[in-house]
Amino acid sequence: MAGNGISRRAREALPLVPFLAFVFIFLLIPTVTVVVSSVYDQGTFSLERIQALFTGTALSALWKSVLLSATTAVIGATLGAVLAGLVVSSPPSSLFRRSVVSVCSVLAQFGGVALAFAFLATIGLNGVLTVWAQDHFGWNLAGAGWLYSLTGLILVYTYFQIPLMVIVFLPALEGLREQWREAAVSLGATSWQYWRQVAIPLLTPAFLGSMLLLFANAFAAYATAAALVSQGSPILPLLIRAALTSEVVLGQAGFAYALALEMIVVVAVVMVAYSALVRRTARWLQ
Amino acid sequence: MNRPSASNRAVRSVLLVLFALFFMFPLYAMADFSTRNLIQGGRTLDAWKSLVADDTLYSAITISLALAAFTVVVMLAVLVPTMIWVRLRAPWAKGMVDFLCLLPLTIPALVIVVGMRGVYEWVTYFFGESTLTLTFVYVVLVLPYANRAIDAALSAIDLQTLSEAARSLGAGWTTTIVRIVVPNIWSGILSAAFISIAVVLGEYTIASLSGYQNLQVVIVQIGKSDGPTSVAASLATLLFGFVLLSLLSLLTRRRRHGVQGQGVEDSAVVAALSTPQLQGGA
Repeated sequence: MAGNGISRRAREALPLVPFLAFVFIFLLIPTVTVVVSSVYDQGTFSLERIQALFTGTALSALWKSVLLSATTAVIGATLGAVLAGLVVSSPPSSLFRRSVVSVCSVLAQFGGVALAFAFLATIGLNGVLTVWAQDHFGWNLAGAGWLYSLTGLILVYTYFQIPLMVIVFLPALEGLREQWREAAVSLGATSWQYWRQVAIPLLTPAFLGSMLLLFANAFAAYATAAALVSQGSPILPLLIRAALTSEVVLGQAGFAYALALEMIVVVAVVMVAYSALVRRTARWLQ
Repeated sequence: MNRPSASNRAVRSVLLVLFALFFMFPLYAMADFSTRNLIQGGRTLDAWKSLVADDTLYSAITISLALAAFTVVVMLAVLVPTMIWVRLRAPWAKGMVDFLCLLPLTIPALVIVVGMRGVYEWVTYFFGESTLTLTFVYVVLVLPYANRAIDAALSAIDLQTLSEAARSLGAGWTTTIVRIVVPNIWSGILSAAFISIAVVLGEYTIASLSGYQNLQVVIVQIGKSDGPTSVAASLATLLFGFVLLSLLSLLTRRRRHGVQGQGVEDSAVVAALSTPQLQGGA
Protein backbone atom coordinates (compact mmCIF):
# COMPACT_ATOMS: atom_id res chain seq x y z
CA MET A 1 0.00 0.00 0.00
CA ALA A 2 2.75 2.42 1.02
CA GLY A 3 4.65 1.75 -2.20
CA ASN A 4 1.46 2.33 -4.13
CA GLY A 5 0.93 5.68 -2.41
CA ILE A 6 4.45 6.78 -3.21
CA SER A 7 4.17 5.86 -6.87
CA ARG A 8 0.84 7.69 -7.03
CA ARG A 9 2.45 10.76 -5.50
CA ALA A 10 5.25 10.49 -8.02
CA ARG A 11 2.77 10.30 -10.91
CA GLU A 12 0.99 13.34 -9.57
CA ALA A 13 4.23 15.25 -9.10
CA LEU A 14 5.72 14.46 -12.50
CA PRO A 15 3.86 17.20 -14.46
CA LEU A 16 5.09 19.74 -11.92
CA VAL A 17 8.72 19.03 -12.79
CA PRO A 18 9.12 21.66 -15.59
CA PHE A 19 7.77 24.42 -13.39
CA LEU A 20 9.82 23.38 -10.37
CA ALA A 21 12.97 23.02 -12.44
CA PHE A 22 12.44 26.47 -13.90
CA VAL A 23 11.98 28.16 -10.55
CA PHE A 24 14.85 26.16 -9.09
CA ILE A 25 17.33 27.10 -11.81
CA PHE A 26 16.41 30.72 -12.38
CA LEU A 27 15.31 31.84 -8.94
CA LEU A 28 16.55 29.56 -6.19
CA ILE A 29 20.05 28.84 -7.49
CA PRO A 30 20.87 32.55 -7.96
CA THR A 31 19.56 33.32 -4.47
CA VAL A 32 21.47 30.47 -2.86
CA THR A 33 24.57 31.50 -4.83
CA VAL A 34 24.35 34.95 -3.26
CA VAL A 35 23.97 33.57 0.26
CA VAL A 36 26.72 30.97 -0.08
CA SER A 37 29.18 33.17 -1.96
CA SER A 38 29.01 35.86 0.66
CA VAL A 39 30.57 33.54 3.24
CA TYR A 40 32.54 31.15 1.00
CA ASP A 41 35.52 32.39 -0.91
CA GLN A 42 36.90 29.79 -3.33
CA GLY A 43 35.71 26.91 -1.23
CA THR A 44 36.80 28.16 2.15
CA PHE A 45 34.58 29.66 4.78
CA SER A 46 35.41 33.28 5.43
CA LEU A 47 33.64 36.21 7.01
CA GLU A 48 35.79 38.73 5.21
CA ARG A 49 33.06 39.73 2.75
CA ILE A 50 30.52 40.13 5.54
CA GLN A 51 32.98 42.23 7.49
CA ALA A 52 33.28 44.52 4.49
CA LEU A 53 29.62 45.41 5.09
CA PHE A 54 30.67 47.25 8.23
CA THR A 55 33.06 49.63 6.52
CA GLY A 56 32.23 53.29 6.08
CA THR A 57 31.04 53.17 2.44
CA ALA A 58 28.73 50.21 2.95
CA LEU A 59 27.26 51.51 6.21
CA SER A 60 26.63 54.93 4.73
CA ALA A 61 24.91 53.38 1.69
CA LEU A 62 22.76 51.21 3.97
CA TRP A 63 21.83 54.17 6.13
CA LYS A 64 20.89 56.31 3.12
CA SER A 65 18.84 53.46 1.67
CA VAL A 66 16.99 53.05 4.96
CA LEU A 67 16.45 56.80 5.16
CA LEU A 68 15.14 56.94 1.58
CA SER A 69 12.86 53.93 2.03
CA ALA A 70 11.53 55.06 5.42
CA THR A 71 10.87 58.62 4.29
CA THR A 72 9.09 57.61 1.09
CA ALA A 73 7.17 54.91 3.00
CA VAL A 74 5.87 57.44 5.54
CA ILE A 75 5.07 60.11 2.93
CA GLY A 76 3.62 57.58 0.50
CA ALA A 77 1.54 55.84 3.16
CA THR A 78 0.13 59.09 4.56
CA LEU A 79 -0.73 60.69 1.22
CA GLY A 80 -1.87 57.35 -0.21
CA ALA A 81 -4.22 56.83 2.75
CA VAL A 82 -5.63 60.34 2.21
CA LEU A 83 -6.23 59.60 -1.48
CA ALA A 84 -7.76 56.21 -0.64
CA GLY A 85 -10.03 57.98 1.86
CA LEU A 86 -11.16 60.42 -0.83
CA VAL A 87 -11.87 57.55 -3.18
CA VAL A 88 -13.67 55.24 -0.78
CA SER A 89 -16.53 57.63 -0.06
CA SER A 90 -17.81 57.33 -3.63
CA PRO A 91 -19.60 54.08 -4.55
CA PRO A 92 -17.45 51.16 -5.83
CA SER A 93 -19.07 51.16 -9.26
CA SER A 94 -18.70 54.90 -9.86
CA LEU A 95 -16.60 55.96 -12.83
CA PHE A 96 -14.46 58.18 -10.60
CA ARG A 97 -13.48 55.39 -8.25
CA ARG A 98 -12.89 52.85 -10.99
CA SER A 99 -10.68 55.21 -12.94
CA VAL A 100 -8.65 56.27 -9.89
CA VAL A 101 -8.04 52.62 -9.01
CA SER A 102 -6.97 51.67 -12.52
CA VAL A 103 -4.77 54.74 -12.94
CA CYS A 104 -3.15 53.90 -9.59
CA SER A 105 -2.50 50.32 -10.60
CA VAL A 106 -0.74 51.51 -13.73
CA LEU A 107 1.24 54.21 -11.92
CA ALA A 108 2.32 51.84 -9.14
CA GLN A 109 4.01 49.79 -11.88
CA PHE A 110 5.48 52.93 -13.38
CA GLY A 111 8.89 52.64 -11.82
CA GLY A 112 12.18 52.39 -13.53
CA VAL A 113 13.78 54.28 -16.34
CA ALA A 114 10.61 55.93 -17.68
CA LEU A 115 9.92 57.51 -14.30
CA ALA A 116 13.44 58.90 -14.08
CA PHE A 117 13.02 60.50 -17.50
CA ALA A 118 9.58 61.84 -16.57
CA PHE A 119 11.14 63.79 -13.72
CA LEU A 120 14.12 64.86 -15.81
CA ALA A 121 11.64 66.28 -18.32
CA THR A 122 9.81 68.05 -15.49
CA ILE A 123 12.44 69.50 -13.19
CA GLY A 124 15.72 68.51 -14.78
CA LEU A 125 18.07 71.19 -16.09
CA ASN A 126 15.92 71.88 -19.18
CA GLY A 127 12.75 70.48 -17.66
CA VAL A 128 9.38 71.93 -18.56
CA LEU A 129 8.67 73.18 -15.05
CA THR A 130 12.23 74.47 -14.62
CA VAL A 131 12.10 76.50 -17.81
CA TRP A 132 8.64 77.82 -16.99
CA ALA A 133 9.65 78.93 -13.49
CA GLN A 134 12.81 80.49 -14.87
CA ASP A 135 10.89 82.47 -17.50
CA HIS A 136 8.10 83.65 -15.23
CA PHE A 137 9.65 84.07 -11.81
CA GLY A 138 13.37 83.84 -12.39
CA TRP A 139 13.56 80.87 -10.03
CA ASN A 140 16.06 78.13 -10.61
CA LEU A 141 14.23 74.94 -9.66
CA ALA A 142 16.95 72.60 -10.86
CA GLY A 143 19.54 74.40 -8.74
CA ALA A 144 22.64 72.44 -7.74
CA GLY A 145 21.26 69.23 -9.28
CA TRP A 146 19.25 68.23 -6.20
CA LEU A 147 17.18 65.89 -8.38
CA TYR A 148 20.21 63.58 -8.52
CA SER A 149 20.63 63.55 -4.75
CA LEU A 150 18.75 61.77 -1.99
CA THR A 151 16.13 64.55 -1.88
CA GLY A 152 15.45 64.07 -5.57
CA LEU A 153 15.11 60.31 -5.13
CA ILE A 154 12.60 60.88 -2.31
CA LEU A 155 10.43 63.00 -4.61
CA VAL A 156 10.65 60.55 -7.50
CA TYR A 157 9.98 57.46 -5.36
CA THR A 158 6.91 59.16 -3.85
CA TYR A 159 5.45 59.09 -7.34
CA PHE A 160 5.09 55.30 -7.29
CA GLN A 161 4.66 54.87 -3.54
CA ILE A 162 1.37 56.82 -3.28
CA PRO A 163 -0.47 54.75 -5.94
CA LEU A 164 0.85 51.52 -4.41
CA MET A 165 -0.51 52.63 -1.04
CA VAL A 166 -3.93 53.33 -2.56
CA ILE A 167 -4.05 49.83 -4.00
CA VAL A 168 -2.98 47.97 -0.87
CA PHE A 169 -4.84 50.17 1.64
CA LEU A 170 -8.16 50.55 -0.18
CA PRO A 171 -9.37 47.00 0.68
CA ALA A 172 -8.86 47.74 4.40
CA LEU A 173 -10.86 50.97 4.15
CA GLU A 174 -13.57 49.10 2.25
CA GLY A 175 -13.65 46.58 5.09
CA LEU A 176 -14.87 49.21 7.57
CA ARG A 177 -18.54 48.35 7.85
CA GLU A 178 -21.17 51.06 7.90
CA GLN A 179 -22.92 49.12 10.72
CA TRP A 180 -19.95 49.69 13.03
CA ARG A 181 -20.30 53.41 12.62
CA GLU A 182 -24.05 53.19 13.12
CA ALA A 183 -23.55 51.06 16.23
CA ALA A 184 -21.06 53.57 17.64
CA VAL A 185 -23.31 56.52 16.85
CA SER A 186 -26.41 54.83 18.33
CA LEU A 187 -24.40 54.28 21.50
CA GLY A 188 -23.84 58.03 21.62
CA ALA A 189 -20.41 58.35 20.05
CA THR A 190 -19.50 61.49 18.18
CA SER A 191 -17.92 61.17 14.77
CA TRP A 192 -14.54 61.98 16.31
CA GLN A 193 -14.98 59.28 18.97
CA TYR A 194 -15.93 56.75 16.30
CA TRP A 195 -12.75 57.48 14.38
CA ARG A 196 -10.50 57.55 17.45
CA GLN A 197 -11.88 54.51 19.22
CA VAL A 198 -13.17 52.27 16.41
CA ALA A 199 -11.91 53.06 12.95
CA ILE A 200 -8.32 54.07 13.63
CA PRO A 201 -7.53 51.12 15.93
CA LEU A 202 -8.99 48.80 13.28
CA LEU A 203 -7.05 50.39 10.47
CA THR A 204 -3.72 50.74 12.26
CA PRO A 205 -2.37 47.24 11.52
CA ALA A 206 -3.32 47.58 7.85
CA PHE A 207 -1.73 51.03 7.71
CA LEU A 208 1.52 49.88 9.32
CA GLY A 209 1.57 46.75 7.16
CA SER A 210 1.15 48.78 3.98
CA MET A 211 3.90 51.10 5.16
CA LEU A 212 6.25 48.14 5.54
CA LEU A 213 5.39 46.97 2.03
CA LEU A 214 6.19 50.44 0.74
CA PHE A 215 9.49 50.36 2.64
CA ALA A 216 10.51 47.06 1.04
CA ASN A 217 9.36 48.35 -2.32
CA ALA A 218 11.61 51.40 -2.13
CA PHE A 219 14.50 49.49 -0.57
CA ALA A 220 14.65 46.99 -3.44
CA ALA A 221 14.08 49.53 -6.22
CA TYR A 222 17.01 49.89 -8.55
CA ALA A 223 16.14 51.05 -12.07
CA THR A 224 14.80 54.52 -11.21
CA ALA A 225 17.80 55.42 -9.09
CA ALA A 226 20.24 53.89 -11.58
CA ALA A 227 18.83 55.87 -14.48
CA LEU A 228 18.77 59.09 -12.47
CA VAL A 229 22.13 58.85 -10.68
CA SER A 230 24.75 57.83 -13.21
CA GLN A 231 27.77 58.48 -11.03
CA GLY A 232 28.47 57.78 -7.41
CA SER A 233 26.64 55.27 -5.27
CA PRO A 234 24.79 56.96 -2.43
CA ILE A 235 22.34 54.10 -1.80
CA LEU A 236 22.71 50.34 -1.40
CA PRO A 237 21.39 49.26 -4.85
CA LEU A 238 23.80 51.66 -6.53
CA LEU A 239 26.68 50.41 -4.41
CA ILE A 240 25.82 46.90 -5.64
CA ARG A 241 26.03 48.24 -9.20
CA ALA A 242 29.44 49.73 -8.46
CA ALA A 243 30.68 46.48 -6.94
CA LEU A 244 29.36 44.45 -9.88
CA THR A 245 30.69 46.63 -12.66
CA SER A 246 34.10 47.46 -11.23
CA GLU A 247 35.09 43.85 -11.03
CA VAL A 248 38.62 44.60 -12.07
CA VAL A 249 39.33 45.57 -8.51
CA LEU A 250 40.08 42.33 -6.75
CA GLY A 251 37.41 41.10 -4.41
CA GLN A 252 34.74 43.54 -5.60
CA ALA A 253 32.53 40.81 -7.05
CA GLY A 254 32.61 39.12 -3.68
CA PHE A 255 31.55 42.37 -2.10
CA ALA A 256 28.47 42.44 -4.38
CA TYR A 257 27.40 39.08 -2.93
CA ALA A 258 27.62 40.38 0.62
CA LEU A 259 25.69 43.54 -0.29
CA ALA A 260 23.02 41.48 -2.03
CA LEU A 261 22.77 39.28 1.06
CA GLU A 262 22.26 42.40 3.14
CA MET A 263 19.42 43.38 0.83
CA ILE A 264 17.81 39.92 1.10
CA VAL A 265 17.98 40.07 4.90
CA VAL A 266 16.45 43.55 5.18
CA VAL A 267 13.65 42.81 2.70
CA ALA A 268 12.93 39.42 4.30
CA VAL A 269 12.66 40.87 7.80
CA VAL A 270 10.34 43.62 6.56
CA MET A 271 8.17 41.18 4.60
CA VAL A 272 7.82 38.80 7.57
CA ALA A 273 6.63 41.71 9.72
CA TYR A 274 4.32 42.71 6.88
CA SER A 275 2.66 39.31 6.66
CA ALA A 276 2.23 39.22 10.45
CA LEU A 277 0.39 42.56 10.26
CA VAL A 278 -1.69 41.37 7.32
CA ARG A 279 -2.85 38.36 9.34
CA ARG A 280 -3.77 40.69 12.18
CA THR A 281 -5.69 42.94 9.81
CA ALA A 282 -7.59 39.99 8.37
CA ARG A 283 -9.15 39.34 11.78
CA TRP A 284 -11.54 42.28 11.34
CA LEU A 285 -11.17 43.76 7.90
CA GLN A 286 -11.40 41.48 4.94
CA MET B 1 -18.90 60.98 6.01
CA ASN B 2 -22.60 60.66 5.15
CA ARG B 3 -23.36 64.39 4.95
CA PRO B 4 -20.42 66.11 3.32
CA SER B 5 -20.64 69.83 4.11
CA ALA B 6 -19.70 72.51 1.59
CA SER B 7 -16.31 73.19 3.16
CA ASN B 8 -15.69 69.48 3.36
CA ARG B 9 -16.39 69.14 -0.34
CA ALA B 10 -14.13 72.08 -1.14
CA VAL B 11 -11.25 70.47 0.75
CA ARG B 12 -11.84 67.21 -1.11
CA SER B 13 -11.80 68.91 -4.49
CA VAL B 14 -8.64 70.85 -3.70
CA LEU B 15 -6.88 67.68 -2.55
CA LEU B 16 -7.97 65.78 -5.65
CA VAL B 17 -6.74 68.56 -7.92
CA LEU B 18 -3.37 68.56 -6.14
CA PHE B 19 -3.05 64.78 -6.51
CA ALA B 20 -4.03 64.98 -10.18
CA LEU B 21 -1.44 67.71 -10.77
CA PHE B 22 1.32 65.75 -9.08
CA PHE B 23 0.59 62.62 -11.09
CA MET B 24 -0.31 64.10 -14.46
CA PHE B 25 2.19 66.92 -14.75
CA PRO B 26 5.29 64.72 -15.25
CA LEU B 27 3.43 62.88 -18.02
CA TYR B 28 2.49 66.14 -19.69
CA ALA B 29 6.08 67.34 -19.25
CA MET B 30 7.33 64.26 -21.11
CA ALA B 31 5.07 65.01 -24.06
CA ASP B 32 6.08 68.67 -24.04
CA PHE B 33 9.81 68.01 -23.58
CA SER B 34 9.99 65.39 -26.32
CA THR B 35 8.43 67.67 -28.91
CA ARG B 36 10.43 70.79 -28.06
CA ASN B 37 13.04 72.08 -30.43
CA LEU B 38 15.87 72.85 -28.04
CA ILE B 39 18.00 74.70 -30.56
CA GLN B 40 15.61 76.83 -32.61
CA GLY B 41 12.60 76.89 -30.33
CA GLY B 42 9.14 75.84 -31.42
CA ARG B 43 8.00 72.27 -31.97
CA THR B 44 9.56 69.33 -33.72
CA LEU B 45 8.80 65.63 -34.00
CA ASP B 46 12.45 64.69 -34.54
CA ALA B 47 12.72 62.85 -31.22
CA TRP B 48 9.68 60.75 -32.08
CA LYS B 49 10.94 60.08 -35.60
CA SER B 50 14.21 58.71 -34.26
CA LEU B 51 12.26 55.92 -32.54
CA VAL B 52 12.32 54.23 -35.93
CA ALA B 53 15.10 56.22 -37.62
CA ASP B 54 17.78 55.55 -34.98
CA ASP B 55 19.12 52.07 -35.70
CA THR B 56 20.27 51.27 -32.17
CA LEU B 57 16.96 52.34 -30.71
CA TYR B 58 14.90 50.61 -33.36
CA SER B 59 16.71 47.32 -32.94
CA ALA B 60 16.39 47.63 -29.16
CA ILE B 61 12.64 48.09 -29.57
CA THR B 62 12.37 44.97 -31.72
CA ILE B 63 14.57 42.98 -29.31
CA SER B 64 12.40 44.00 -26.36
CA LEU B 65 9.20 43.16 -28.23
CA ALA B 66 10.64 39.77 -29.15
CA LEU B 67 11.68 39.25 -25.51
CA ALA B 68 8.15 40.10 -24.42
CA ALA B 69 6.67 37.61 -26.90
CA PHE B 70 9.06 34.81 -25.90
CA THR B 71 8.48 35.48 -22.22
CA VAL B 72 4.73 35.26 -22.66
CA VAL B 73 4.98 31.98 -24.61
CA VAL B 74 7.38 30.31 -22.16
CA MET B 75 5.45 31.63 -19.14
CA LEU B 76 2.17 30.25 -20.46
CA ALA B 77 3.72 26.93 -21.44
CA VAL B 78 5.24 26.49 -17.98
CA LEU B 79 2.55 27.99 -15.79
CA VAL B 80 -0.84 27.12 -17.29
CA PRO B 81 -0.48 23.31 -17.34
CA THR B 82 1.09 23.38 -13.88
CA MET B 83 -1.69 25.44 -12.35
CA ILE B 84 -4.41 23.33 -13.96
CA TRP B 85 -2.72 20.10 -12.89
CA VAL B 86 -2.30 21.34 -9.32
CA ARG B 87 -5.99 22.12 -9.06
CA LEU B 88 -7.12 18.85 -10.60
CA ARG B 89 -4.72 16.18 -9.47
CA ALA B 90 -2.22 17.49 -6.96
CA PRO B 91 -4.01 19.89 -4.58
CA TRP B 92 -1.36 19.12 -1.98
CA ALA B 93 1.11 21.10 -4.08
CA LYS B 94 -1.01 24.23 -4.53
CA GLY B 95 0.42 26.04 -1.52
CA MET B 96 3.96 25.36 -2.67
CA VAL B 97 3.32 26.50 -6.26
CA ASP B 98 1.64 29.71 -5.11
CA PHE B 99 4.48 30.37 -2.69
CA LEU B 100 7.13 29.86 -5.36
CA CYS B 101 5.23 32.10 -7.75
CA LEU B 102 5.11 34.92 -5.21
CA LEU B 103 8.78 34.57 -4.21
CA PRO B 104 10.09 36.94 -6.91
CA LEU B 105 8.25 39.72 -5.08
CA THR B 106 10.44 39.24 -2.02
CA ILE B 107 13.69 38.42 -3.81
CA PRO B 108 14.63 41.65 -5.59
CA ALA B 109 15.68 41.44 -9.25
CA LEU B 110 18.93 43.03 -8.15
CA VAL B 111 19.69 39.98 -6.00
CA ILE B 112 18.84 37.59 -8.83
CA VAL B 113 21.19 39.35 -11.21
CA VAL B 114 24.04 39.26 -8.68
CA GLY B 115 23.63 35.51 -8.22
CA MET B 116 22.75 34.39 -11.73
CA ARG B 117 26.15 34.59 -13.38
CA GLY B 118 26.88 30.87 -12.90
CA VAL B 119 23.49 29.85 -14.27
CA TYR B 120 23.85 32.12 -17.27
CA GLU B 121 27.24 30.68 -18.15
CA TRP B 122 25.36 27.46 -18.81
CA VAL B 123 22.52 29.23 -20.61
CA THR B 124 24.90 30.94 -23.03
CA TYR B 125 26.76 27.65 -23.45
CA PHE B 126 23.55 26.00 -24.69
CA PHE B 127 21.77 28.88 -26.39
CA GLY B 128 24.60 31.23 -27.37
CA GLU B 129 25.18 34.86 -26.51
CA SER B 130 21.89 36.53 -27.21
CA THR B 131 19.78 39.13 -25.47
CA LEU B 132 16.87 36.74 -26.02
CA THR B 133 18.30 34.40 -23.38
CA LEU B 134 16.96 36.91 -20.85
CA THR B 135 13.60 35.25 -21.54
CA PHE B 136 14.33 32.63 -18.87
CA VAL B 137 14.90 35.02 -16.02
CA TYR B 138 12.07 37.28 -17.20
CA VAL B 139 9.64 34.39 -16.92
CA VAL B 140 10.56 34.23 -13.24
CA LEU B 141 10.01 37.99 -12.88
CA VAL B 142 6.47 37.85 -14.27
CA LEU B 143 5.41 34.75 -12.30
CA PRO B 144 3.68 36.66 -9.45
CA TYR B 145 1.42 38.66 -11.78
CA ALA B 146 0.74 35.82 -14.18
CA ASN B 147 -0.05 33.47 -11.31
CA ARG B 148 -2.58 35.89 -9.81
CA ALA B 149 -4.32 36.50 -13.13
CA ILE B 150 -4.58 32.85 -14.12
CA ASP B 151 -5.52 31.77 -10.61
CA ALA B 152 -8.43 34.22 -10.53
CA ALA B 153 -9.68 32.92 -13.89
CA LEU B 154 -9.35 29.28 -12.79
CA SER B 155 -11.27 29.98 -9.58
CA ALA B 156 -14.12 31.41 -11.62
CA ILE B 157 -14.84 28.17 -13.55
CA ASP B 158 -15.84 24.71 -12.44
CA LEU B 159 -12.60 23.13 -13.51
CA GLN B 160 -13.31 19.72 -11.98
CA THR B 161 -16.60 19.21 -13.83
CA LEU B 162 -15.28 20.53 -17.12
CA SER B 163 -12.28 18.26 -17.13
CA GLU B 164 -14.23 15.20 -15.94
CA ALA B 165 -16.73 15.76 -18.75
CA ALA B 166 -13.94 16.05 -21.28
CA ARG B 167 -12.10 13.02 -19.93
CA SER B 168 -15.19 10.85 -19.81
CA LEU B 169 -15.82 11.67 -23.46
CA GLY B 170 -12.38 10.31 -24.22
CA ALA B 171 -10.18 13.39 -24.31
CA GLY B 172 -6.59 13.02 -23.16
CA TRP B 173 -4.98 15.51 -20.76
CA THR B 174 -3.47 17.62 -23.53
CA THR B 175 -6.80 17.92 -25.36
CA THR B 176 -8.58 18.70 -22.11
CA ILE B 177 -6.20 21.51 -21.27
CA VAL B 178 -5.81 23.00 -24.73
CA ARG B 179 -9.35 22.67 -26.07
CA ILE B 180 -11.52 22.73 -22.95
CA VAL B 181 -9.84 24.58 -20.10
CA VAL B 182 -7.81 27.23 -21.94
CA PRO B 183 -10.79 28.65 -23.89
CA ASN B 184 -12.59 29.04 -20.57
CA ILE B 185 -9.80 30.95 -18.83
CA TRP B 186 -9.05 33.13 -21.82
CA SER B 187 -9.46 36.41 -19.91
CA GLY B 188 -6.96 35.31 -17.25
CA ILE B 189 -4.46 34.21 -19.87
CA LEU B 190 -4.85 37.48 -21.71
CA SER B 191 -4.29 39.59 -18.63
CA ALA B 192 -1.31 37.44 -17.60
CA ALA B 193 0.14 38.03 -21.07
CA PHE B 194 -0.48 41.78 -21.07
CA ILE B 195 1.00 42.31 -17.63
CA SER B 196 4.03 40.24 -18.62
CA ILE B 197 4.54 42.35 -21.75
CA ALA B 198 4.38 45.52 -19.66
CA VAL B 199 6.92 44.15 -17.15
CA VAL B 200 9.35 42.94 -19.82
CA LEU B 201 9.22 46.16 -21.87
CA GLY B 202 10.06 48.14 -18.72
CA GLU B 203 12.80 45.87 -17.42
CA TYR B 204 16.16 47.54 -16.84
CA THR B 205 17.81 46.06 -13.75
CA ILE B 206 18.72 42.60 -15.00
CA ALA B 207 19.51 43.55 -18.59
CA SER B 208 21.80 46.43 -17.70
CA LEU B 209 23.72 44.60 -14.98
CA SER B 210 24.26 41.46 -17.05
CA GLY B 211 25.46 43.45 -20.03
CA TYR B 212 22.58 42.97 -22.46
CA GLN B 213 21.02 45.71 -24.55
CA ASN B 214 17.27 45.83 -24.26
CA LEU B 215 15.03 48.83 -24.83
CA GLN B 216 15.47 50.41 -21.41
CA VAL B 217 19.26 50.00 -21.42
CA VAL B 218 19.45 51.76 -24.79
CA ILE B 219 17.07 54.51 -23.59
CA VAL B 220 19.44 55.27 -20.72
CA GLN B 221 22.47 55.24 -23.04
CA ILE B 222 20.83 57.63 -25.49
CA GLY B 223 19.70 59.84 -22.62
CA LYS B 224 23.30 60.81 -21.96
CA SER B 225 23.52 62.65 -25.28
CA ASP B 226 19.97 63.07 -26.57
CA GLY B 227 17.42 63.79 -23.85
CA PRO B 228 14.31 64.34 -25.99
CA THR B 229 14.66 60.99 -27.78
CA SER B 230 14.97 59.12 -24.50
CA VAL B 231 11.96 60.94 -23.11
CA ALA B 232 9.98 60.15 -26.27
CA ALA B 233 10.91 56.47 -26.05
CA SER B 234 10.00 56.36 -22.35
CA LEU B 235 6.65 57.99 -23.02
CA ALA B 236 6.03 55.62 -25.92
CA THR B 237 6.65 52.58 -23.69
CA LEU B 238 4.34 54.03 -21.10
CA LEU B 239 1.55 54.83 -23.57
CA PHE B 240 1.86 51.34 -25.00
CA GLY B 241 1.35 49.98 -21.49
CA PHE B 242 -1.70 52.21 -20.96
CA VAL B 243 -3.18 51.06 -24.26
CA LEU B 244 -2.63 47.40 -23.39
CA LEU B 245 -4.33 47.80 -20.04
CA SER B 246 -7.25 49.82 -21.42
CA LEU B 247 -7.73 47.23 -24.16
CA LEU B 248 -7.80 44.62 -21.48
CA SER B 249 -10.46 46.32 -19.39
CA LEU B 250 -12.51 47.09 -22.52
CA LEU B 251 -12.32 43.46 -23.55
CA THR B 252 -13.37 42.14 -20.18
CA ARG B 253 -16.16 44.67 -19.77
CA ARG B 254 -17.72 43.72 -23.09
CA ARG B 255 -17.71 40.06 -22.15
CA ARG B 256 -19.18 40.83 -18.75
CA HIS B 257 -22.38 42.26 -20.22
CA GLY B 258 -23.42 38.96 -21.74
CA VAL B 259 -22.59 36.73 -18.80
CA GLN B 260 -24.57 36.54 -15.57
CA GLY B 261 -21.55 35.87 -13.43
CA GLN B 262 -20.76 39.56 -13.62
CA GLY B 263 -17.60 40.84 -12.05
CA VAL B 264 -15.97 37.47 -12.49
CA GLU B 265 -14.19 38.44 -15.69
CA ASP B 266 -13.03 41.65 -14.10
CA SER B 267 -11.54 39.88 -11.14
CA ALA B 268 -8.67 38.39 -13.11
CA VAL B 269 -7.63 41.81 -14.30
CA VAL B 270 -7.95 43.42 -10.90
CA ALA B 271 -6.10 40.57 -9.22
CA ALA B 272 -3.23 40.81 -11.64
CA LEU B 273 -3.01 44.56 -11.45
CA SER B 274 -3.30 44.85 -7.72
CA THR B 275 -0.57 42.36 -6.91
CA PRO B 276 1.60 44.44 -4.60
CA GLN B 277 4.66 44.95 -6.64
CA LEU B 278 8.22 45.47 -5.61
CA GLN B 279 9.96 47.91 -7.85
CA GLY B 280 12.97 45.65 -7.91
CA GLY B 281 11.14 43.81 -10.62
CA ALA B 282 10.47 46.80 -12.78
